[in-house]
Amino acid sequence: MRCKRCGGGAVVEVRRHNAAFCGDCFVHHVTEQVRRSLRSFRMIAPGDRVLVAVSGGKDSLALWDVLLGLGHRADGLYLGLGIGAYSDASGEKVRAFAEDRRADLVEVDLREEYGFDIPTAGRRGPRSTCAVCGLSKRYAFNRSALQGGYDVIATGHNLDDEAATLLGNTLRWQTQYIARQYPVLPPRDGMVKKVKPLVRLSELETAAYAVIRGIDYQVEECPLVAGNTQLRHKEAMNQLERNSPGTKAQFFLGYLDRAAELFAGLDREGERLMPCGRCEQPTTGRYCAFCRARAQVLGERLGPPPAEQVARELAEEVMPVEVYDG
Amino acid sequence: MRVRLRNPDRQVELSGARNVRDVLSELSIDPDTVLVIRDRTLLTREERVAPEDEIEIRPVISGGGR
Repeated sequence: MRCKRCGGGAVVEVRRHNAAFCGDCFVHHVTEQVRRSLRSFRMIAPGDRVLVAVSGGKDSLALWDVLLGLGHRADGLYLGLGIGAYSDASGEKVRAFAEDRRADLVEVDLREEYGFDIPTAGRRGPRSTCAVCGLSKRYAFNRSALQGGYDVIATGHNLDDEAATLLGNTLRWQTQYIARQYPVLPPRDGMVKKVKPLVRLSELETAAYAVIRGIDYQVEECPLVAGNTQLRHKEAMNQLERNSPGTKAQFFLGYLDRAAELFAGLDREGERLMPCGRCEQPTTGRYCAFCRARAQVLGERLGPPPAEQVARELAEEVMPVEVYDG
Repeated sequence: MRVRLRNPDRQVELSGARNVRDVLSELSIDPDTVLVIRDRTLLTREERVAPEDEIEIRPVISGGGR
């Protein structure tokens, strides 16, 4: 098998492009796909400070590597989830990468900062483990980015992630979530801009990139994730892809090109953001979903919200839509 | 050849030489969901694997948020 670009010996085959690449040309291919997303969705402006949410897995470390390679001012943010040896090993991978690339890493430990870890939250709280984990990540990323003065939060969501999520949201016609599923979410009212520069790359491509670039990532899967809904949707998409390469890309990138505009704004109908009565992060209710989940896990009562907030809610007839919702 | 499978970690031995496509087929693994690695180098499906080789089959699917 020969490299499509230089004719040398290929190491990676990308079936949806009907192409194969040698190591160097594959790195070029990945970089160009990221560059294309950054440009077409105007993800990062010149001089922006970017905070890359890194888990230690292939996607986020590959993303950090590409952004650094493109010359962006990109620091990493690692959130310690407290999932035993899995989290310990993930943190070590992230630290080793940061040291090797001489990049700046911000670390937040969920237990130290907020008093609980993910396994405890999964056992005690009303949400599933994956839901409370996602909620905690979105919350902590935004808060850390605000505190650090970052302009953009970048996450390593890839084409498979986005296609599986779109499938799940479409199967249930969750139009509010579909409207929010876009590679760029602009900043507003205490919410830092969020971008997903890997949406044009499959999991196979990000993993291959990490191996070729010598990135020692966390190969083990989270022990709490087995059988979650997104995995089932990924399996369904992979089955379609097997018989018809390119299906995932057509589904998700086609949605971005031709359908996303039909859903635009549905996530914000009647929604007005105000500071959470406890942490002052933006929310549409009296308390944000994270503070409510945290209170339930810790067995605390949130108490009545500040009187001024109640008055404001009544005056503005705010709809009870959650921003930080799993 | 020795084949190291990940998630969960386990090893299997296969006798004789064959190409990557046949190794994956014998183990009922979808080629689009794994990387096959020998000595830190990626192998395409057409690559030949010798009886004395040791390869790793690494899944690329992850289920959590990034």
